[in-house]
Amino acid sequence: MIDELVWMFTDPLMRRALVVAALVGLTAPVIGTYLVQRRLALLGDGIGHVALTGVAAGWLVGSVAGLTPHDALAIPGAVIAAIIGAVTIELVRERGRTGGDVALALLFYGGIAGGVLIISLAGGTNANLVGYLFGSISTVTSSDVWTTALLSVLVLTVGVGLRTALFAVCHDEEFARAAGMPVRVLNITIAVVAALTVTVAMRVVGVLLVSALMIVPVAAAQMVTSSFRRTMTTAMGIGVVVCLTGLSVTYWHDVSPGATIVVLAIGVYAAAAGVRGLRGRLGRRTPGDPHPHLADDVQIAAPGGR
Amino acid sequence: MTPAVQAAGLGVSLGGSRILHDVDLTVHDGEVVALLGPNGSGKSTLVRALVGVVPHDRGQIHLLGAPLGPKVAWDRVGYVPQRISAATGVPSTARDVVVSGTLHRRRLVPPRGARRRADQALADVGLADLAGRPVSELSGGQQQRVLIARALVRQPRLLLLDEPVAGVDLPSQEAFARTLAALAGQGTTILVVLHELGALAGLVARAVALRHGRVVHDGPPPPARDEHARPGHDHVHPHEGDHPTTADGDFSATLRWRST
Repeated sequence: MIDELVWMFTDPLMRRALVVAALVGLTAPVIGTYLVQRRLALLGDGIGHVALTGVAAGWLVGSVAGLTPHDALAIPGAVIAAIIGAVTIELVRERGRTGGDVALALLFYGGIAGGVLIISLAGGTNANLVGYLFGSISTVTSSDVWTTALLSVLVLTVGVGLRTALFAVCHDEEFARAAGMPVRVLNITIAVVAALTVTVAMRVVGVLLVSALMIVPVAAAQMVTSSFRRTMTTAMGIGVVVCLTGLSVTYWHDVSPGATIVVLAIGVYAAAAGVRGLRGRLGRRTPGDPHPHLADDVQIAAPGGR
Repeated sequence: MTPAVQAAGLGVSLGGSRILHDVDLTVHDGEVVALLGPNGSGKSTLVRALVGVVPHDRGQIHLLGAPLGPKVAWDRVGYVPQRISAATGVPSTARDVVVSGTLHRRRLVPPRGARRRADQALADVGLADLAGRPVSELSGGQQQRVLIARALVRQPRLLLLDEPVAGVDLPSQEAFARTLAALAGQGTTILVVLHELGALAGLVARAVALRHGRVVHDGPPPPARDEHARPGHDHVHPHEGDHPTTADGDFSATLRWRST
């Protein structure tokens, strides 16, 4: 067993894959926390689908320009398309009530259809897209590792460094506006960072499961936490653990790493839900809980000058 | 001295219908002004337009002497929106919410000591012990007070509140009135949207009444307030009367709090 672990770590391919998986597991839940908070949990999916069109477009440009390999521009294409898609959703959302979900649906279907159409124009087949749909972490190069590291630093800097401001905007946009905060800039920042996260995570779990890495760890974390920061850090921890574990499993068993990671994450969610249920059953029975509220309220009503 | 709030010829239309017509409003430094009016009279819209949450298409707004926009001293303006639930999709504590109130246009990262200031603001509204609680576990009235603490944490010179005591029982209204009185005593200018003066009657020296988006009264609070205040009392007494009807005294007290 130990020998096999050592083997795993000495395999350069596996080492690179583990680094990328850890970085993605760490960063995806950061932006996922904000998406869950503003109840846009599916935004990552919408962006992922648009990114697929970007992949195909990058492929098309690459093959027209005669680059080798043909998909040299696939990731830059995905980044550009994802950013455009994310900012578009944000602007539609800001415009008002009319169909944020309809806009999202258009992105889902338009993204997939556009991707398939453009890849066939580029002389490729749908098979070329499969690696992007379901992830292709087994083929990461060392330049992929550097790109992922760079984007991760960016996501962490913005997502963690500006967390109070992003929290304020996601929590109560009206208050943020009334405080003179640059609400639109912050919203677009979230959208762009979400887009970057999607294109990074796409490598690991694929477009179809990318949103799971952003959302499921957060959903699991919030079962057992009570503060915003704790939710985010717990989610990041869960993300790293499931990504590393899931990937390691695939070293010995020939299963899809992306799917394994997501299934593990859902398992963690189920466990967290169980813990919460147990805690509720054991903890809430004690009559102590409603009392502190009460004593407090009576106190402020009683003394004269506070 | 420049007025804290100055709106001239203000017009707002939302979704194609005109909500405010040609509203003039000046609130002087240190004044406590109530904005009264029936539902749909535009009083909430007026306050929201004053802080730039809804756009105005006519007239000018000055806050603390600066035209609405980047030049306003946003760090001295506190706004309490009409009660939304203070809870969100991700668990957050009362302290999390209040710390976010230290931010403004020129400050996107909380200042040093923000946590201590947040705890102080929560103490000011009587929630010192609940700072670490998730807001989703607090009662409606407590959530309202968290939002007030979020506006107080920046030590505002101008405080705008949109129906802060709607649906809050009388003891909390009185506690809230004392908090406002203390702030007014320190020279804070207060503009508060109210349905009825209620517990704030003693504090409000001037009332502006709106009807159909126009100012119909500006001066001492309308005399009708005595009649208005009384139903408020009536509203509370039946709850107090609930006490003997339940066997468990504590539980009935909890019930009384549910009404917030």
